[in-house]
Amino acid sequence: MKTLIKGGRVVDPSQDLDQISDVLIEDGVVAQIAGSIDAGDATVVDANGLVVCPGLIDMHVHLREPGREDEETIATGARAAIAGGFTSIACMPNTEPVIEGDEGVKFVLAKAQDANLARVYPVAAISKGLKGETLAEIGTAMKAGAVGVSDDGRPVESSALMRRTLEYVKMSGGPVFAHCEDLSLSAGGVMNEGRMSTLLGLKGMPPESESVMVARDIMLTGLTRSRLHVCHVSTGRSFSFIKDGKTSGVDVTCEVTPHHFALTDEAVRTYDTNAKMNPPLRSERDMGAVRQALRSGLVDAIATDHAPHSTEEKDQEFNSAPFGVVGLETALGLACTCLYHEGIVSLSALIRLMSTNPAGILGLTQGTLKQGSPGDVTVFDPDREWTVDPARFQSKSRNSPFSDWKLKGRAVSVIVGGRVLLRDGELS
Amino acid sequence: MKFERKDLLGLEELSRGEIEFILETAGSFVEISERPIKKVPVLRGLTVVNLFSEPSTRTRISFELAEKRLSADTVNITASSSSVVKGETLKDTAKNIEAMNIDMLVVRHNAPGAPHYLADVLHCPVINAGDGPHEHPTQALLDLLTVKQKRGTFEGLNVTIIGDILHSRVARSDIWGFTKLGAAVTVCGPPTLIPPDIESTGVTVSYDLEEVIPRSDILMLLRIQTERLKECFFPSIREYSDFFGLDSAKLERAKPDVLIMHPGPLNRGVEITPEVADGPRSVILDQVRYGLAVRMAVLYLLSGGELKSEDSD
Repeated sequence: MKTLIKGGRVVDPSQDLDQISDVLIEDGVVAQIAGSIDAGDATVVDANGLVVCPGLIDMHVHLREPGREDEETIATGARAAIAGGFTSIACMPNTEPVIEGDEGVKFVLAKAQDANLARVYPVAAISKGLKGETLAEIGTAMKAGAVGVSDDGRPVESSALMRRTLEYVKMSGGPVFAHCEDLSLSAGGVMNEGRMSTLLGLKGMPPESESVMVARDIMLTGLTRSRLHVCHVSTGRSFSFIKDGKTSGVDVTCEVTPHHFALTDEAVRTYDTNAKMNPPLRSERDMGAVRQALRSGLVDAIATDHAPHSTEEKDQEFNSAPFGVVGLETALGLACTCLYHEGIVSLSALIRLMSTNPAGILGLTQGTLKQGSPGDVTVFDPDREWTVDPARFQSKSRNSPFSDWKLKGRAVSVIVGGRVLLRDGELS
Repeated sequence: MKFERKDLLGLEELSRGEIEFILETAGSFVEISERPIKKVPVLRGLTVVNLFSEPSTRTRISFELAEKRLSADTVNITASSSSVVKGETLKDTAKNIEAMNIDMLVVRHNAPGAPHYLADVLHCPVINAGDGPHEHPTQALLDLLTVKQKRGTFEGLNVTIIGDILHSRVARSDIWGFTKLGAAVTVCGPPTLIPPDIESTGVTVSYDLEEVIPRSDILMLLRIQTERLKECFFPSIREYSDFFGLDSAKLERAKPDVLIMHPGPLNRGVEITPEVADGPRSVILDQVRYGLAVRMAVLYLLSGGELKSEDSD
């Protein structure tokens, strides 16, 4: 089977490539990149005037299966991923039951295979039942195909357990994905603590509830010489600690979400529960710090923290609504609109943040178009204008704070292992 | 002149002109409650629902009396009798209320923003009777009316609000109201009970009551809840009273014409001693009296009523 992507601007940061070329995928892997390729019987994808890059990877999503299939399934999540331009996603283990050990991992992989859309890589639980008490079978989970471990949604409160996790995971090589939050500081909070929480009378979570845990986890990673990936960084102070860790040789990477670089806690002003997530939308100053960290190259990845919730659950008073927003289908548009078009990151840096780096952190062979790599390709138009309409999402859930936003940048075609799953904006 | 809003959700969004208009209207309602027959027919035929999902005696009774004196039909739904406790969502509550085709809703809710949610989905006017620690607009309006009646003006007045500012909807609404009308507001309490960035609303923060008393024209005490002890906001009631309770000794340094206010219910001996609460400078019961007039005015204006000029009355 041959797929030929013709005439696009091929941008591949892994090999410093930025030129008009054809890309040929044969038997599921990248076979050739050249000025003009003639492959008679190949399926042709027209990329004229478009950007062609290694398939985008969202390393942080919640797919709700098993347990809350009314909100999202592995199949619908994988479909939303394709619609948003992602060829691979990594899903967090906070489902019911929790994804842990080989059983949980195999369940996700089997469901993903049935769906046969975007590739899905499970992240397995750190602690049994995400209770933060004793270790789950991390080694078994990693051996079965997990790409890392996390208790995401909850921090590992005990410093001793976090230390053990960081140590133990070294034998499997995978990173520990840290949701950094000091629960005693954030207790009862529903939004960022600051001027806006004071005006609205809502209980705030101080930015420091994140930053103190980032500092702890980086210190413990240094102690154990392990590997840490800090999820959804939202405060300037956290970036200071990450920068300090990186400079002093600690193996730490980090991600930011589109909502944290696109919105501030002003979005909560109307008690809009679609602006409620954890970590919460922060102040103008912290959003500026997120953008600055993207500009300076301190951030390794953009990840959505895609967190589907039913309309019923979100349609309540702000205090009672669950945390989380969907993000798979708006991430690329927001990254282009708020970062690329604003001059904060180059196109090449954007692709590094959304493909090359996530692949590296997850230990995947994707994230590059080098010959012999998996034939996962995203074709997108950074200038395509469109209006966000959650009713048209492929995701089962609609909880987006970006409804009616006019974005500039959208996926046009998506190829996974040589199979064209999105063509000219239409799912096959 | 007419009040142009559908709802009364808070003082933050009101202009100085709108607040002054409500106070002026309320002024004309003060007299009604002093008549032998205290009922006027302005809301006759209209149904007002008082939905209270949080315990309240003072505010609920004040609203109910105001409604009855305006001849409205009233229904009270309280947390214990409503389906709020049975797990019904706010959305369903709203739909049910809408189906009853009522004319006005007064709502007290522990969740900030709940009245805003109801105002969004309901066609009838919604009056916020307190939403969590967010706002309590009619309380602030009655505080303003009390000061207006006693002092005539707000310009140049120093208003000090003392106690648990962090959890107080009264403090937030009072801050908006007093600052908009030209008074200077100081909030005073232990640092643990001062909300972050409260200075951005234009107030001054003090942790020292004795220092602010001499320059205060109004001392507004807030109820201190003993649950805050368990959450370690302060170490003991004794220590709290020592630093922030108003007693005769502290009051000696106050201006002779200082007004002592309290939204109630009082914790006698905690934030205020009985001799101060019942003393000559206390206007606590005037607040209650003016509360009725303010609520009558708000109900009247939101029902579409107009303030008639004095000569046509």
